[in-house]
Amino acid sequence: MSRANFLRVIVVSLLLALVLRPEWFAPMFEPFTPPGAAVIYDRTSLLSLSLSHLGIVALASVAAIVVAVLLAILVTRPQGKAFLPLSRTIANMGQTFPPVAVLALAVPMLGFGAGPTLVALFLYGILPIFENTMTGLSTLPPATMEAARGIGLSRRQRLLQVELPLALPLILTGVRLSVVIAIGTATIGSTVAAHTLGEVIIAGLLTNNTSYVLQGGLIVGLFAVLIYDALTQLEASIRKRLGVK
Amino acid sequence: MPNRIKSIVSGPGLFFTGLGLVALYAPFMTLAANRIVAGEGVPVWDVAGPEAVIPGFAGLLAGLALGLPAAWQVLRLTGAMIGIAALIWLLMEGSTSLLEGAGTYARVSLGSGFWCLLAILLLLAADALSSLSPGPKMRGALLAVAIVVSAMVLWSGVLTDLSIFREYASRQDAFFNAAWRHLGLAFGSLVVAAAIGFPLGVYCHRNKSLRSAVLPVLSFLQTIPSLAMFGIMIPLLAWVSSAIPGARELGVVGIGFLPAFLALVIYSLLPVVANTVAGLEATPIVTLDAARGMGMTRHQRLIQIQLPLGLPVMLAGLRIVLVQNIGLAVIAGLIGGGGFGTFVFQGLNQTATDLILLGALPTVILALISAITMDILVELARPNKMRHG
Repeated sequence: MSRANFLRVIVVSLLLALVLRPEWFAPMFEPFTPPGAAVIYDRTSLLSLSLSHLGIVALASVAAIVVAVLLAILVTRPQGKAFLPLSRTIANMGQTFPPVAVLALAVPMLGFGAGPTLVALFLYGILPIFENTMTGLSTLPPATMEAARGIGLSRRQRLLQVELPLALPLILTGVRLSVVIAIGTATIGSTVAAHTLGEVIIAGLLTNNTSYVLQGGLIVGLFAVLIYDALTQLEASIRKRLGVK
Repeated sequence: MPNRIKSIVSGPGLFFTGLGLVALYAPFMTLAANRIVAGEGVPVWDVAGPEAVIPGFAGLLAGLALGLPAAWQVLRLTGAMIGIAALIWLLMEGSTSLLEGAGTYARVSLGSGFWCLLAILLLLAADALSSLSPGPKMRGALLAVAIVVSAMVLWSGVLTDLSIFREYASRQDAFFNAAWRHLGLAFGSLVVAAAIGFPLGVYCHRNKSLRSAVLPVLSFLQTIPSLAMFGIMIPLLAWVSSAIPGARELGVVGIGFLPAFLALVIYSLLPVVANTVAGLEATPIVTLDAARGMGMTRHQRLIQIQLPLGLPVMLAGLRIVLVQNIGLAVIAGLIGGGGFGTFVFQGLNQTATDLILLGALPTVILALISAITMDILVELARPNKMRHG
């Protein structure tokens, strides 16, 4: 087993233990607990918080991927060309909106709970994927496109068999950016009553219980790092298979 | 659409004008009995008497209609400005007339119709601008005009009847404190990160093994969700303050400004270091060889060749940091670090929408202004032949 894989196994087991058997870590967190307070977060099961956190991220990201890729395909077709300059401006300026602000602004419209978090994650998640897909589809090597036309592929075949596969690594970079931001924003989502791991951190901040803060922070941090790593690996293997750098 | 029409009518213009006509039916403003309860929507034609609504409505329609032509971008831009002026006029007249006899605690807020129309008009303006693609100096001038005009509208007091300005009026001092704190967090951490990151980037550029050690660690840190990072800073600094003698006297405490500041510095390092390395690497090898042939030392090559050529990429790194920090500084509000986040989270706790807006809108505007300014600087830093427009 390579050193990187060994490290991955250790991190995954640490994460599983933190989520499923938090009581094992009680001695470690003990010194950070104020007198009389609980050492290990026990108001809700950490497993249910983790699943709900990941569920919200997955749902919002899948929706964002579908919408972003479709929109990027539309604006890079001849019929949608008129929208291309504006789309670039929107993708560029839209990403300057702080994700927290998007989350807070969704609350007046949708109330508290998972709703505004989902919508904020979805809206914010679209932009990096949209931008990267647009770049990927509009910077394809002209020689390849000429060859695809030359062998008689229809527009639809060119899109599905040539353009999208070639743009895939860039699309995946966008997905990775978007998912990492979504994991972070979902954590903050617990301030608007979404059922996520941020709840543990917030509970710790409100009661000055540092062990909660550390526990929540560690779990959500490990999830983020592992998912980031997995998506990076996926991207690398696809690049390798496509033979592009 | 037949091609003749297609070349006359702009696709995005038609799309947004259509959306704008639909948005006219959405509630333009809301009237509520107090600052907490949900308000009742008022359509745009009912916000005031006909003598105020008719010119405003006409202005809106004109603004939307002028967005239609495919050519004449300046006219489209002017149209969007007319539309936005009409929006402000309607808000001004509407807030006064709706509050008349509505009770002391009554509040008028901005409705979904207003927000949609504002977004549509701004998108029309953005579409016209991106077709014009003005050069960096022109963009700077346009940004300055936009800021001055908005400041004049805000300062003139014509909008003070709106609920968000009532929220502002009752906490003016706190607002300016929060603004300074927010700027201090965002720009201060940028300065510290640049002071650490530039030298580190130069060393990483020279030393491949240092680079392969530093960059993965920094991108790992970047991945950690902000709330976790801010949270973990608290015990860390509390420990430093109790374990190292004299730290507490220097103001190292676990809660407030410092943990937030430190978290922002950590997040800022990756873009600064990575873009410094990328910027230094951007110099073509021929150029470097020529410089070496002229007898330039490594130091001279760095200062006279690599830094000027890499400047746009390094500035692009600073743009990422600045925009990111302005947004992340909102989280400081959760750990007592101050800034606009204080209002956002207070507003969420009280379910007072306009207090959330009082925190969120300045943050968004600050981020937008910074992004546009930095984009202009990046373009100005480019060598002449690479600059376009």
